[in-house]
Amino acid sequence: MRATRQQILARWLGVLIIVSLWSQNAFAHPQKGEAVGFLTGFRHPISGLDHVLAMVAVGLWGAQLGAPAIWLLPVAFPIVMAMGGMLGLMGIPLPGTEYGIALSAILLGAAVMFEIKPPLGVAAALVGFFAIFHGHAHGTELPPGQSALLYSMGFVVATGCLHAVGIGIGAVHRWRWGQSLLRFAGGLVAMGGAFFMWKAFA
Amino acid sequence: MRRVEQSRLPLYTFIGFTFVMLAFPAEAHLNTTGMGPFYDGLMHFLMSPEDIVPVLALALWSGLRGAAYGRRALFTLPVAWLAGAFLGLSTANAVIHPIIAAAWFLLLGGLLAADAKLSLRVTTALAAFLGLYHGYLNGTGMGQPMSAVVVLLGLVFAIFVLVALAAAFVVRLQAQWARIAVRVAGSWIAASGLLMLGWAVRTR
Repeated sequence: MRATRQQILARWLGVLIIVSLWSQNAFAHPQKGEAVGFLTGFRHPISGLDHVLAMVAVGLWGAQLGAPAIWLLPVAFPIVMAMGGMLGLMGIPLPGTEYGIALSAILLGAAVMFEIKPPLGVAAALVGFFAIFHGHAHGTELPPGQSALLYSMGFVVATGCLHAVGIGIGAVHRWRWGQSLLRFAGGLVAMGGAFFMWKAFA
Repeated sequence: MRRVEQSRLPLYTFIGFTFVMLAFPAEAHLNTTGMGPFYDGLMHFLMSPEDIVPVLALALWSGLRGAAYGRRALFTLPVAWLAGAFLGLSTANAVIHPIIAAAWFLLLGGLLAADAKLSLRVTTALAAFLGLYHGYLNGTGMGQPMSAVVVLLGLVFAIFVLVALAAAFVVRLQAQWARIAVRVAGSWIAASGLLMLGWAVRTR
């Protein structure tokens, strides 16, 4: 037996009433929705491949260099990056941000590919220099209206996790085949950086 | 025989109104646990990152410095917090400045990241200032002093437990990599503080 047009309409109307009246709690206070701030902050660094490449490369290079660089570089990067982010938030311009980010992937990738082992200060200065570009780019892109505290925490934690991924992958350095694999990975990072450099110029 | 089709609109309307009557309580306040003011205070602390992160940083840093420092933070911070909260109870409203919140993150995260070798007196003073400031902010606007006292007790209990657990965990860490991992957490807290500072003074 087929339902008439009127019956179908009545059914849909009923469903519509149920859905529209099935209201959720009104979270009037901002803290109820703060998870949104953390998650959007967490997603931000991992949403751009150029950032991901450079940050993983920092971990890979740290793993190649060994202690104490393996710890110093991931400690230095978030703090200097946050300084760059602060400059971006304050509206202080930094010329050539996109070129700096692409160049960071190229040089860090090359450092991993050729297993370059400079003095610790030089490695930290190089990583810190490029961290300013990454932070500035993030700072200028931050959407207004987010929860500053949770967004910042999510952002920094995601950056640290990317370094940890790099360090984790870099753990294969203890084996001969792992060393070759790391050099290959460094080459891929450098190639990715070259692609982003080409995009920045295009 | 043909059945007479009737409109189901009244039935759907009835179901709709049943759902309407099945309304949840409006949780206008943040941490209404339904378990009383003590747990409300406890949950308030645990659900407030602007409170919990500096406390965690102080606990980890004092733990890195040794058992004596951890003990000093363990007893100074909750007492100062409670004192600050009692002071705040008489105030209806307080201005929470984001730059000060960011400065606490930056200072304590930086001390932890650097494993700063400050004296026991300075550690005590830092714990006291942190407790007084944040306790004062917690105490303001709580209204009804009697129930507020129980809320504050729950809050201070949570602080005591957190400091005890975090500091004790770090005090017994011997491996170099584990101690550096704790310092990495400090760098993350300091970096968050820097970004918060940028947010506070953002011009765009």
